[in-house]
Amino acid sequence: MSVPLMSRAGGRDPQRHGPYGPRGRPGDGPRGRGPRGNRQPLGALFVTPYALFLVVVFAVPLGYTVWMSFHRFYFTAPGTDVDAPWVGLSNYRDVFTDPVVLRSFFNIAVFLVINIPLTVVLSLVLASALNSRLPLRSFFRAAYYLPYITASVALVAVWGYLFGTDGLLNHTLGGLAPDPSWLVNSALAMPVVAVFVTWTNLGFFVMLYLAALQGVPRELYEAAGVDGAGRVRTFLTVTVPGVRHATTLVTVLAVIKGSNLFTEPYLLTGGGGPDHASASPVLILYQKGIEQAHPDFAAALGVVLVLVVVSLSLIARRFTERKEV
Amino acid sequence: MNTGRVSGGWWLRMVVLVLGAVVFLFPFAYMFTASLQKQTTGDLGSVIPLPGSSGTQNYVAVNGAISLGRSLFNSGVFTIGVLLCTLVMGVLAGYGLARMQFRGRGTVFAALLLVQTVPFQLLMLPLYVLVVRDYGLGDSYLGMILPFAINSTAVFLFRQFFLQLPAELFEAARIDGAGELRILWRVALPMVRPALLTGTLIAFIGPWNEFLWPFLVTKEAGMQPLAVALAGFMSNLRGTVENPMGAVMAGACVLAVPAVVLFLLFQRHFTQTNIDSGTKG
Repeated sequence: MSVPLMSRAGGRDPQRHGPYGPRGRPGDGPRGRGPRGNRQPLGALFVTPYALFLVVVFAVPLGYTVWMSFHRFYFTAPGTDVDAPWVGLSNYRDVFTDPVVLRSFFNIAVFLVINIPLTVVLSLVLASALNSRLPLRSFFRAAYYLPYITASVALVAVWGYLFGTDGLLNHTLGGLAPDPSWLVNSALAMPVVAVFVTWTNLGFFVMLYLAALQGVPRELYEAAGVDGAGRVRTFLTVTVPGVRHATTLVTVLAVIKGSNLFTEPYLLTGGGGPDHASASPVLILYQKGIEQAHPDFAAALGVVLVLVVVSLSLIARRFTERKEV
Repeated sequence: MNTGRVSGGWWLRMVVLVLGAVVFLFPFAYMFTASLQKQTTGDLGSVIPLPGSSGTQNYVAVNGAISLGRSLFNSGVFTIGVLLCTLVMGVLAGYGLARMQFRGRGTVFAALLLVQTVPFQLLMLPLYVLVVRDYGLGDSYLGMILPFAINSTAVFLFRQFFLQLPAELFEAARIDGAGELRILWRVALPMVRPALLTGTLIAFIGPWNEFLWPFLVTKEAGMQPLAVALAGFMSNLRGTVENPMGAVMAGACVLAVPAVVLFLLFQRHFTQTNIDSGTKG
């Protein structure tokens, strides 16, 4: 749930930057020799439960899914031993030739084309509006954050009700209501999911941009004012470039969110309907792997998605770090 | 910002912000009013509930269909399990990563960063095979808690806060001969309260709101947390009550309220530290 962020400072080694000050007490031996920085082996004990946790819920499943993706794998009753023959890349071939999988990738492209610009524009506008001394400022912040911390099942319930065939939105639109209605219309189902996700996560991005705006030097605004730039021009030439790191982050997080979309298509559009028009890769992973019992196929799809997400994060990280210099 | 234009921009800002607040809050208000109506319909009159047609019967109906008490209990056990593991083992890990030098620290920290980039959903299949089929933990609290037990975002947050404390503090305590656990408990923890509050909130809303994993692990209705039970009601059982939409909204309110209340109590700390830990470091 809570969105994982790549921190620019994340890889920093505190030893080198020195909250510890100069290293080496008397008797520590020559610096830079021996087991570098193994001064408090007790620390290993402190970290052990977390390290074990990462092995059990991350490393082992990751290895297992890679292994499974190269084998023919069946669900079996506990205790029975069935071979899982090596099948090379055949599961991957099945994934990339499956029309439903390809459709789900296309759906995610639709999702991103709507979600990213909408998120960037709306959160930047709201953050700029919030970025000054105003009455009710913390009320607004809390209001925007509310959907982000609320269970998506509850939010999906309300949106399903608002966008339903007999819902408030269609009643308001009267004769203009789309037919078939929003969530059962193959052209509109994915856009509604994209708008819904934008709405739920917007508060987080407003806060992100707000933090970024506070880092834009005040002198730039003053200089723009002296040059006679209007409000719109100042916004475009000072504000927008000033928060580009945040914009990169928004884009990466939107891609990650798109790659793990599940609850929304599963519940809001009734299992990625109509006719897979709003299916997401993770929904296909669930349907193929667990409902239809093809775990090997689903494992290959999972590996593809992990590769996409990790490489995107690394690219984005390099990109932000280079701009930092 | 732009001192010369403050008064002109002020109204524009307020209009934008108020419009935003309406868009964000309306669905919540609508959810609540719809949950109180005897006849829940989607027409325009449904926006303002009339006292005569309101009541708590939808809550009674949804309780009859999915047993709210039992589902809330399951959500509570799942959430508190995660919360305890994160606050005990996550704080230890954050402290170790920030303040102690030992072999393997860099590796664990690199793994922490990597884990945060890979969404759990992508590993759901092997986790499902391991936890439900190999370890036989289906329909158990342990199986539900396991993949979420220690929240990595919270560990990262704890590490960042411990890192910001002045080094002299720890050196002085160590010279006085205090053990590491004692330093952590007496010196470091009291100074990172905002991180503990935020960590609590992150570790609470994660499992409380989670749908996919408990949905995979629990087949037995008596073990399902509220999010899963409500989703099941929405897709299969709505025909069993008289006013299905009202009952769904009532269930949604019950599901939303605990996280919303906790957030409103902690929100000042939360939004700041959560964003700072994400963007600064």
